[in-house]
Formats: sequence, C-alpha cells, structure tokens
Amino acid sequence: MISPMQKFRESEVYKSIFRHKYDDTQRNRALQIVDNVFLHLHPVRIPRHATNVGFTWGMGGITFLLFLILTLTGVILMFYYRPTAQYAYEDMKYLMNDVAFGPFVRNMHRWAAHLMVITVMLHMFRVFLTGSYKPPRQFNWVIGVILLVLTFLLSFTGYLLPWDQLSIWAVTVGTNMARATPLLGHDGPFGLELGMKIDNDIRFVLLGGTQVGPPTLLRFYVGHCIFLPLIASIFMVVHFWRIRKDGGISGPDTTKKTF
Amino acid sequence: MTTENNPQTNNPSPQITPTPLPRKAKQDRAPENDPGLWRMGRKSFFSFSAWLAFFGFIGISTIGSLRMMFPRILFEPSKKFKVGLPEEFLIGEVSEKFIDKGVWIIREQGGFYALIAICTHLGCAPRWLPTENKFKCACHGSGYYKNGINFEGPTPRPLERAAIGLADNGELEVDLSLKFKYELGDWVKEDSFYNYVA
Ligand code: HEM
Ligand code: FES
Repeated sequence: MISPMQKFRESEVYKSIFRHKYDDTQRNRALQIVDNVFLHLHPVRIPRHATNVGFTWGMGGITFLLFLILTLTGVILMFYYRPTAQYAYEDMKYLMNDVAFGPFVRNMHRWAAHLMVITVMLHMFRVFLTGSYKPPRQFNWVIGVILLVLTFLLSFTGYLLPWDQLSIWAVTVGTNMARATPLLGHDGPFGLELGMKIDNDIRFVLLGGTQVGPPTLLRFYVGHCIFLPLIASIFMVVHFWRIRKDGGISGPDTTKKTF
Repeated sequence: MTTENNPQTNNPSPQITPTPLPRKAKQDRAPENDPGLWRMGRKSFFSFSAWLAFFGFIGISTIGSLRMMFPRILFEPSKKFKVGLPEEFLIGEVSEKFIDKGVWIIREQGGFYALIAICTHLGCAPRWLPTENKFKCACHGSGYYKNGINFEGPTPRPLERAAIGLADNGELEVDLSLKFKYELGDWVKEDSFYNYVA
C-alpha cells in the first residue's frame, strides 16, 4: 500500500513547491539545499572539521538562533507594548501580570538578549583563538565588529523600553558618555570649537531632546524594533555569504602535524 | 601633356578651385578621441548627470533626514524659572523646593547659589542628606559638600552651578541653561552667585 505521505510527494503540489524528487540520492540532497531560498546560503557540502563543535563552538550559529528568537518574541511583545511615556511602564506591568504567557514571552526576550550579548562575544573570542580573522577572512572580521556593535546597541536601546527607574537612569548614564564624543559632542574634544551645544550635538540626536524623556523612548523604540534589526539582518546576510566566499569555514591547519 | 591644357599656367586669372579640405566628421557624435569642449563624450556626460542626480538625491535626502532629527520645539520644562522671594529662604538652608526642576537653591550669609542636581560623574540624580550635611549619589557613591565640591566617590569634579539672579518682580530667578563650572574658574563670574544681605 502506498502511504498518503508518499502520495503527496508524488503529487503536482509537492513538485511545484520543492521542484525535486524526494528519494535519497546525492542529487536530491544537494537540490534540497540549493533549491531552498533559506538554505541556499549554506554550502551543500562541508568539510569534516566544520562539524567539529570543539573548533567553532557553534557560537556564531547560536548567536543567529538567539537573534531569530528575539525577533519572534519581540514581535509578540509589540502587540501589547506602546512606546509612549504614558503607557510604556503600564504595558510592561500588564504583560507581566495579566497577559497569558506574557511573563514567559517577555522573559524569553530578556534572557535571549542577555545570552546573545554573551554568545556574540564568545564567538568573537573563538574566531580570535582559532586565528580565523587572518587572510582571506579579514573583511568578515570587520563585518563581525559591526555586528558586535549592533548587538550592543540593540541591547542598550531595548533596556530603556520598560521605562522604569533602572532603565531611565541607566540610559541617562549611558547617553551622557555621548557628550564627550570627539567633534560631535558638546563636552568632547573640539566639540566647543565646532559649535556643539547641549541642543545640537550627537547626544541630542540620540535623545530627541536635552534629557532622557518621551522623545527618547520613541527614538529608542524605533531603533530597537525596526532600524537596528534591519541593519543587523543585512550585515548578517553579508557575514554568512562572506564565510563561503572566503573559502568556507576555517579549519585546523592540516599542513602542521601538531593537531 | 601640353601646357595649354593646364589652366594654372596658361590662364592669367585662373579660376580658383581650392583643393577640397578633408571632410569634417558628422557632428552628432564626438569624433574618435576628441574629448570635445567639456572634455567629456556624450555618453559619459549622460552617465555623469545620472550619477550626479543619484548622489544629489541621496545627499539631499540624507541632509533632510538629519535635519528632521532636530525638532523645532521641545516639550521640556523651561530652563528659566522663578523660585520665590529671597526672604523665603533661610540662611544655611539647602532648599529642595525646586528639586523636580533639577536644582537646589542654597542661601549663605552673603547670598545665593543654585546647584544643578546632576551628578558630575555620569549624570544620575544625587540626594541631599541633611543629617550628613552632604550630597550623595546612589549610582556609584559620589559625595559632595554643601558648596558642591566633591570629596568622595568616582566623580572627577564638583557639581555645576546654574545662573541665579533677581527677576523684575523681585523674585529670584534660576536659569539652568547657563552653567558655571568650578574647575573652569566660573564660580567667581557674575550670575553664578547672587549677592544678598538681608
Ligand atoms: C550578530 C552577531 C553574529 C552572528 C549572528 C555571527 C554568525 C556567524 C556564523 C553562523 C558563523 C559560522 C561559524 C561559527 O558558527 O562560528 C560565523 C563565522 C565568523 N564570524 Fe561571526 N557572527 C556574529 C558576530 C561576529 C563578530 C563580533 C565577529 C568578530 C569581530 C565575527 C567574525 C566572524 C568570522 C571572522 C567568521 C569566519 C570564521 C571562520 O571561518 O572560522 N562574527 N559568524
Ligand atoms: S553617576 Fe553619580 S556616582 Fe556615578
């Protein structure tokens, strides 16, 4: 007897979606990757050492997974959170006390955020330890540094959103450092000479005012939910693409006998 | 060949038929290797214009978007406000009446000064502790004497003073947009202190 699943795989619908047969052949295995828009960035074949967790720690992959989790849980949180000084704190409280699975989703978002900051640093650490930043991978290291900064910025902007005392003062302290930006900060080197004042410098652009207030909340919200994830996604695509273009994932030096 | 047949030698007024110049190339296209008046061919000119339009658009859009980040009106509390008549303050008192505006008003024997209630370490809000006679920041523990000079914790400098003076109606007026820093020697300047002896 032919099973319904088998029947489905023979059907016009299956073929129109996947465009290749299902039986386990070398060719179909390759097509599964190549014919899929989400998987095609990944190589069809990888060297044996690439599966060695001891070498990569899988940290880049874990970081990416966390980014996906954050995107998903973040979108769910957006259904309840309003980024205005009047509602933000109340909405956070509402999520924590009265929304079904509210605390679960919010905590998932929070923990994943903390974890991502840690894993992205560990990933950088392992790339450093394995010397994978060396030619031909220098440019991917540069993209990595940008991703590191974007990860920190995502974390920092998200921290303001609960709009409680901790977040307001943490962001006050954090953005006060921007006063001392060279050239673009009113307290920084050459800031005064370039006409920087409290109401026209780089900190003002971040805050949307001269102090942390409702416009800051809105700016950080838009940055956190739209601008930064968008930019980070673009750089991640380039990052992953570059891994392949730079000759695939690096591996132990096989010319030396020390391994 | 006879000489009669040659008009050039026989005819006293010979008909002038100049040897034709080499034909000029058609002008709808710059001749090969001729960069023309603007040192630029037609296609390069179009290409240049298109890129100019493209980068012009990007540039102007960027400038416009940046300008948009600077609102014309801020909904922030006014930096300049009246705080009451001088007699309403006691000598030696650190008045917290206007702490919501971020300023302490302190009256001494000789007059008034206004300390901005922003920690000079990293910008938290310190508190006035009357029993210990000092300002103390909860964030990282910076402490300041009543006159604003720092003496403990990580802060590198004293609190800042705001401008203080007398308004037309006889009330004291504080202006937070004018700051006086001790380390720059500002505290001897006019408006950093209001001389008042009752
Ligand atoms: C959002 C943050 C990041 C994500 C999602 C990410 C993701 C990845 C992934 C999935 C890989 C494949 C290998 C692996 O898993 O280790 C990788 C490799 C790499 N990453 Fe990242 N990464 C991020 C940040 C960084 C940072 C901060 C650096 C360094 C400054 C960096 C530099 C590199 C380099 C040079 C490679 C190639 C390593 C090799 O070929 O062995 N990345 N990244
Ligand atoms: S901000 Fe006050 S001690 Fe750090």
